Amino acid sequence: MLKKLTQQVKEYTKASLLTPLFTALEAVVDTMVPLAMGRMVDMGINQKNMNAVFLYGFTMVLLAGLGLLFGILAGKYAAYASSGFAANVRDAMYTNIQTFSFANIDKFSTAGLVTRLTTDVTNLQNAYQMIIRIAVRAPMMLLFSLIMAILISFDLSRVFLVAILFLLIALSFIISHATPLFRSVFKKYDDLNASVQENVSAIRVVKAFVREDYEKKKFGKAAENLYHMFVKAETLVVNNQPIMMLAIFGSMLGLSWLGAHYIVLGTLTEGELTMMFSYVMGILMSLMMLSMIFVMVTMSSASAQRIVEVLEEESSITSPAGGITEVKDGSISFKNVDFAYSTGTGEPVLSDINLDIKSGETIGIIGGTGSSKTSLVNLISRLYDVTGGSVLVGGQDVRSYDLEALRDQVSVVLQKNELFSGSILDNLRWGKPDATKEECIEACKLACADEFIQTFPDGYETHIEQGATNVSGGQKQRLCIARALLKHPKILILDDSTSAVDTATDARIQEAFRSYIPDTTKLIIAQRISSVQNADRILVLDNGHVSGFDTHEALLSNNEIYREVYESQTQGGGDFDQKGGM
Amino acid sequence: MAEQKTMRGPGGRRNMGPRPKLENPGQIMKRLMGIVLSKYKFHLVIVVIGIIVSSVVQVVSMTFLKTLFDTYIAPLLTQQNPDFMPLAKGLMEISGLFAIGILASFIYAQIMVRVGQGTMYDIRVQLFNHMESLPIKYFDTHAHGDIMSIYTNDVDTLRQMIGVSLPQILSSIIQIVSVLISMIVLNVPLTIMSLFVVGIMMVATKHIAGMSGKYFVVQQTSLGKVNGYIEEMIGGQKVVKVFNHEEESIAEFRKLNEELRDAANKANGFANILMPVNAQLGNLGYVLIATVGALLAINGFGGLTLGGLIAFLTLNKSFTMPIAQVSQQLNSIVMALAGADRIFKLLDSEPEVDEGYVTLVNAKKDADGNLVETTERTGLWAWKHPHKAEGTVTYTELTGDVVFDDVDFGYNDEKIVLHNIKLFATPGQKIAFVGSTGAGKTTITNLINRFYTIQDGKIRYDGINVNKIKLNDLRRSLGIVLQDTHLFTGTVMENIRYGRLDATDEECIAAAKLANAHGLITRLPQGYDTMLTGDGANLSQGQRQLLAIARAAVADPPVLILDEATSSIDTRTEMLVQKGMDSLMKGRTTFVIAHRLSTVKNSDCIMVLENGSIIERGTHDELIAEKGKYYQLYTGNLAENA
Repeated sequence: MLKKLTQQVKEYTKASLLTPLFTALEAVVDTMVPLAMGRMVDMGINQKNMNAVFLYGFTMVLLAGLGLLFGILAGKYAAYASSGFAANVRDAMYTNIQTFSFANIDKFSTAGLVTRLTTDVTNLQNAYQMIIRIAVRAPMMLLFSLIMAILISFDLSRVFLVAILFLLIALSFIISHATPLFRSVFKKYDDLNASVQENVSAIRVVKAFVREDYEKKKFGKAAENLYHMFVKAETLVVNNQPIMMLAIFGSMLGLSWLGAHYIVLGTLTEGELTMMFSYVMGILMSLMMLSMIFVMVTMSSASAQRIVEVLEEESSITSPAGGITEVKDGSISFKNVDFAYSTGTGEPVLSDINLDIKSGETIGIIGGTGSSKTSLVNLISRLYDVTGGSVLVGGQDVRSYDLEALRDQVSVVLQKNELFSGSILDNLRWGKPDATKEECIEACKLACADEFIQTFPDGYETHIEQGATNVSGGQKQRLCIARALLKHPKILILDDSTSAVDTATDARIQEAFRSYIPDTTKLIIAQRISSVQNADRILVLDNGHVSGFDTHEALLSNNEIYREVYESQTQGGGDFDQKGGM
Repeated sequence: MAEQKTMRGPGGRRNMGPRPKLENPGQIMKRLMGIVLSKYKFHLVIVVIGIIVSSVVQVVSMTFLKTLFDTYIAPLLTQQNPDFMPLAKGLMEISGLFAIGILASFIYAQIMVRVGQGTMYDIRVQLFNHMESLPIKYFDTHAHGDIMSIYTNDVDTLRQMIGVSLPQILSSIIQIVSVLISMIVLNVPLTIMSLFVVGIMMVATKHIAGMSGKYFVVQQTSLGKVNGYIEEMIGGQKVVKVFNHEEESIAEFRKLNEELRDAANKANGFANILMPVNAQLGNLGYVLIATVGALLAINGFGGLTLGGLIAFLTLNKSFTMPIAQVSQQLNSIVMALAGADRIFKLLDSEPEVDEGYVTLVNAKKDADGNLVETTERTGLWAWKHPHKAEGTVTYTELTGDVVFDDVDFGYNDEKIVLHNIKLFATPGQKIAFVGSTGAGKTTITNLINRFYTIQDGKIRYDGINVNKIKLNDLRRSLGIVLQDTHLFTGTVMENIRYGRLDATDEECIAAAKLANAHGLITRLPQGYDTMLTGDGANLSQGQRQLLAIARAAVADPPVLILDEATSSIDTRTEMLVQKGMDSLMKGRTTFVIAHRLSTVKNSDCIMVLENGSIIERGTHDELIAEKGKYYQLYTGNLAENA
């Protein structure tokens, strides 16, 4: 796990190494300061020697200057290294996510990926900075202080050892008990916030069912539970302070008692005792800091884990090396195809599908909720891979094509579609980056989108908001169709893409397809019979099986499911929505 | 406990009034402390005593060195046979003091955890309870992310402030004051110098923190941009794949990522140098004071003794540390107050107005055919209407007679979206609303259950003005299946039971069967015990709608509103669902919004809406005969089908 992360340090390796170096130097200087202070008192003030005062004063000024220099350099490099490291991690994650197949995306939820890329990386950045900076500084301080203390008086240093041992035991006891507590606290905290989130977005349901009191009770209970867990964890952690006081005060008493003896014996000066007091503080403080770092690093290890999961995720669909780049024609064949979602229950959603579609044919696809219409068409552009059998496009297995070439020729208008913030033209050019405005208008005319775009004050320059909140559902669908048309694909798949478009416009779009792109194979998934009944053939799916695949007339006479759907719609069938809504 | 809190809410509101952004931090602080004090007065007294005791002991420990040298070691050095007894006695005494300090520190820390977390608990519950009482309009006008941020970020900063910052500031102030007094006692000129050094440190801190703060703002902005971009692109990741748009998407991300890195680098860079700068300034100050002090002491100016100087130098060291601490904590207090301000804004938002007094009760007919109240569920409901003036109570049978009398409505006063709506639904009728997106179909149904308050006109429900009906009873009488389906974390069974909390498993299953959801549920891995998370993310939109219908069916409401409840369900399944719902709603009023003709055709009355007005009304046959808009739509469709 660690290796995966350290790989991302890259060009920030130098800064990542300079930081601990300067930190170490800063620590050396910092441990020299009490020495100079002590000497100043001993040699200068106590001896009434002004020269010594000036000498040690000057030394201290020098040390302060050096300390400042090293401190600033360490701080700057630490910031540079950690922010750069974080940027690299984000970049690596994002780049890897771009290789993800649909199956990979299903595995991580969108919200989950966003959190990993933002909050988790920020946590990692802070931990990294802490490690290269304070995690080096604290043990350095500890080491140098200990060395200095031993140099001054080995005998007195024994007091330190007792204090250090005590602090180590006490702090590790607290940490080892508090860390698991905090883990479960944060888990509970997340759950609590998730339930708030749920209440905020479902407030209408809560109010419609008059469940305010029920929700309040539920929340109150969860909050109380959280309170008790927090108190349990924190009451343990706050013992740090009295324990620290105990160690410091104990050392002071020990130093005073022994120190007084040594001074009387003449083996220790008063200045040296003063220094020992400083060093004991330094040692205990750095121990305290180390324990804090330890806690923070363990806390952020969960974030690191989540990041590595994204970095290590390998795309389940990759482009074959030297794949075919030319799609011969728009013919499609399904041969004994089975398919199951890896994230689902493992039950096949499509089984034993055999189909042959000629290039240029228009195929309608009809089926009930959950009959796997979308799953079927997603196999054609290799958005998912079959679990058994094979899908052929242009006479070749889809898995033998270069992925980009295949997807360029098989254009899918997804059911859950998205437009991106930017102008209408920007969005259309997703289909063809170098499309001229004329080409875009042409495509929009085919998709019956031009008519409403013209009514916008800014026309094709109209800015689409994030989430396409400023166009209606029907308008959005028509823009998505236009975008897909710009690719001039050999195969065009519309996955329930006109559900929010009124019937009359839908019919005009179908007509445009017939007259302007007759050679393109068209697969149209729809709820409305009217959207598919003019297709060359209609595929009726039922629970992942082909129930019928024939013309409208033939199906009406020989396919019961199709007839039922038809009848359910023609008894006043169709749709009420008017032209997209303004 | 909950009641006591809602009582406090309105009182606070009157005092606060509309408050501009953080204009009155004192007021916010006062209110916040009010919340803490209301429950933890006694706790806080102990905490304050504990902090004072422990801080004083710490200050004593700083001057202990001087006492050690002057009182104990100096005499020892003059003695022939050093007697260590006085030292032992002295150390015993001081260790007793230390023990008290440690104990005080232990006690106040333990109590403070409870005060801090207890206050967090109170605030969370207050927030949630108040939020549940807010009108829908509040949720329409506030971004959900912002509301969530109050619970997560703002409450957290508050915890930091109450649990850590305030105790530390108090302890630091006590230390500063006692050290300052000791310093003044020792030597005034040196104290002035020391204060001068502290002044420089403060100026440096302010400058560096200012720079750092400036870049932290930039960092937050870039972080927001990166967040927004990631959210949009990952949300549309499948589209990115379909269009081979990965490289463009990475290129744009790199740009934003670099901006963020740059800002983070600068912000953290400045923040990182604050500590070394202050530490070294402190050291320089030490040199300055030591040198000047030595000059004074050696030459006997200002009555400064050598011992006094050494003691002063020790004090000086412990003077700068708490000051640095205070300046650090002040920052987090400002942040916490900004958070508290947002918390109070939510708490001060006006809850839904409910002046209703007519309640809904279960009823049965007695021998004479009169309505009488009963506790059991009879399937017969009545409005209990108390008449204060006469002191009598009348019962009106709930039949589902809904009348809109010239209703005008707008989400705000400037823009009226519904005009002169007049409609009457007689009991048992199925009323349908049709019309294009944005015509106001959903809005009308939201007025019946008073999600929104009308600007003009009257809505009567069984002859009673809906404003007179207690909000909860009004909504209890109306079952709604909303356009956007929301499910809750929990099992499928729990989600269905949400409709009626005392429904048995059998009743829930019966409702699921009625909604034609039973089949899909039994196919789930654990059937009715399958856990749903993330708003039922593991289900398709159509499946979620079926569950939502089952949820409404188990509630068995007198009046039902179906708002595009079957839009994602295929027409064949829809027909089965419809049949179930029709039998459930037999003799009860149903309002249906749909864009499919098949869903509305058999309605008793169809209202055609356009731009917020009802332009046609009648049965299917009447509307066809009328040859208006409905006819146009209908025949237009038929023409397509032919």
